Amino acid sequence: MFGFLFRRIGLVIPTFIGVSLVAFFLIRLLPGDPILLMAGERGLSPERYAELMGRYGFDRPIWEQYAGYLGSLIQGDFGTSIITKKPVFEEFFALFPATVELSICAMIFAVVLGIPAGVVAAVKRGSGFDHGLMATALVGYSMPIFWWALLLIIVFSGILQWTPVSGRISLLYFFPSVTGFMLIDSLISGQKGAFASAASHLILPTIVLGTIPLAVIARQTRSAMLEVLSEDYIRTARAKGLSPFRVVGVHALRNALIPVITTIGLQIGVLIAGAILTETIFSWPGIGKWMVDSIFRRDYPAVQGGLVLIALMVMVVNLIVDMLYGLINPKIRHTR
Amino acid sequence: MPLLDIQNLSVDFKTASGPFRAVDGVSMTVDAGEIVSIVGESGSGKSVSMLALMGLLPWTATITADRMLFDGHELAGLSARQRRRIVGKDMAMIFQEPMSSLNPCFTVGFQIGEALKVHLKLDRKARRRRVIELLEMVGIPAAAERVDAFPHQLSGGMSQRVMIAMAIACQPKLLIADEPTTALDVTIQAQILELLMQLQSETGMGLVLITHDMGVVAETAHRVSVQYAGQKVEEQAVAGLFADPHHPYTAALLAALPERATSRRLPSIPGVVPGQFDRPTGCLFSPRCKFATERCVTKVPPVQGRQAGYALCHYPLAGGRPVGHPGPGATIHPDLQEVA
Ligand SMILES: Nc1ncnc2c1ncn2[C@@H]1O[C@H](COP(=O)(O)OP(=O)(O)OP(=O)(O)O)[C@@H](O)[C@H]1O
Ligand code: SF4
Ligand SMILES: [Mg+2]
Repeated sequence: MFGFLFRRIGLVIPTFIGVSLVAFFLIRLLPGDPILLMAGERGLSPERYAELMGRYGFDRPIWEQYAGYLGSLIQGDFGTSIITKKPVFEEFFALFPATVELSICAMIFAVVLGIPAGVVAAVKRGSGFDHGLMATALVGYSMPIFWWALLLIIVFSGILQWTPVSGRISLLYFFPSVTGFMLIDSLISGQKGAFASAASHLILPTIVLGTIPLAVIARQTRSAMLEVLSEDYIRTARAKGLSPFRVVGVHALRNALIPVITTIGLQIGVLIAGAILTETIFSWPGIGKWMVDSIFRRDYPAVQGGLVLIALMVMVVNLIVDMLYGLINPKIRHTR
Repeated sequence: MPLLDIQNLSVDFKTASGPFRAVDGVSMTVDAGEIVSIVGESGSGKSVSMLALMGLLPWTATITADRMLFDGHELAGLSARQRRRIVGKDMAMIFQEPMSSLNPCFTVGFQIGEALKVHLKLDRKARRRRVIELLEMVGIPAAAERVDAFPHQLSGGMSQRVMIAMAIACQPKLLIADEPTTALDVTIQAQILELLMQLQSETGMGLVLITHDMGVVAETAHRVSVQYAGQKVEEQAVAGLFADPHHPYTAALLAALPERATSRRLPSIPGVVPGQFDRPTGCLFSPRCKFATERCVTKVPPVQGRQAGYALCHYPLAGGRPVGHPGPGATIHPDLQEVA
């Protein structure tokens, strides 16, 4: 187990360097630079421009800039935002809980609906429910997030007025951030209606962000279940006189969950990508929205640092998912 | 009254290419404490008929029977829930592939204990005690440690022992063993068979032993039912079957038994068991039978009497000679005659 952990952590280092490289050069491929954008319409004298470029070190050769950046990364320095002048690390983790809260809700939404739906579809293979679910999953999977979000906003916020359009909580409420998770903080604050407000703000973004993982998880669960249900050990379980509920819910599901957990792990990356769009649409103050804003401002250190930190988070989550396998599948636990 | 009494059991599968009758009018009885063997080549419906009895066939199967009495209960009329009270408790089954028949995600102890929990309502402690006892009964060394082993930590022989422990957990009245040794090494095969015999004689349960292996039949069974293409073609006490087979198929199986050969696997008879698309008219064995005549191809053979081993044949053998056969000139496969 520990050998496995060390091997995995060993793999993280080259990935980390690769990500920093991509992050560094990708943002510089965009036309314009932070100094020009800060100056805006007023323009800038060439002397002042050169001076500012020098101050941030943007006039040095690009390789030198990268080497310097990598050097400070290794020392744990993620740079300072050009715009806000705050450390990127600090900004990131101030906003991170909002993204995590949204992502967790979206994942819970996807898992809680996707796994039972997939199981039922597999057990009732070929039924109307099965066909309906698979068709819906296909639509859900290919739905453009932007369009889907706008549709939901028009229907539920616009026409029905059931949910708020944007933000994390109504402006009526104010309380200090304790955990960074609005649902928990609103409960702690004890203010009446605060939790309900936070929850209602979460509904649409959760659905939008959770739709693709939901479709993927439902399909993966169905196909994994179909495979498992034809295994010999399922026949053995039935030969013991167990109830269908126990055969499916205990014997089959436990085995089917192994590939489903892999899928869930792979969806983390999809979730981050989706969070960027979803947060932008719903003005959700998380790192997705912050990244988009930083890109528009050509805030090089913020974009670079943000990308590297996101990559690190994804790697950590994948590592955790890999460890979870062993808990479910004793064969993997023992061969590690 | 016999422990098990099946009359005229048929199983039809709905398949993409139309209906397929895998079991065709099979009857059999098993008395308490009796060992009945079902033999026949692959695809002769041995497994399907027993799975039908256990209620383990997929929904594509339609089961019909005049009678399916087990221990005084008519199984056909039972609801799924009522049937589950019998299956796994009074009637248990073990399978051909022990390794894949155990769930890789759960410990041996959990899987054996499940039957004890569901049927006997034993608590956790009592279950563990009983599981260790069962593991010892089936000859698993260091049983107290093996309780917590996972299936992938066991060999094929050990897995089959675990399957047997699971099957006898609730002291069934009938155990169905579907080719329990086919997937195992030769040396292990003998051990498992011996274990089954020993448990059977200790507990007095009825045992249905499905096998390919005529050697196994000779050593273990009291009575033998020979199946071919979904039909029962002969049934006899074991001594009679080996001494004087009445159906040409049984005779061919025995004739092809290599006396001096090292392997005792079912020898091959030229040709294969007909499947869904090549069902002959008349007698299903006629394409491979050296005695087949025009009549065999056109008319479905009758079931002969008890003295003729209930042979499903127009010309049942007696002392190796087909009774009432018109003579060698009337056979339609002269080539088969020469070979035999
Ligand atoms: N679920 C099913 N759907 C359709 N046909 C089936 C199904 N299960 C079995 N069959 C068919 O029924 C026939 C009898 O199968 P069965 O498994 O009973 O044979 P068997 O005598 O046990 O052979 P073997 O010695 O290979 O185990 C075969 O032709 C098989 O293809
Ligand atoms: S009925 Fe004819 S073909 Fe069939 S087994 Fe008897 S002799 Fe052979
Ligand atoms: Mg079989």
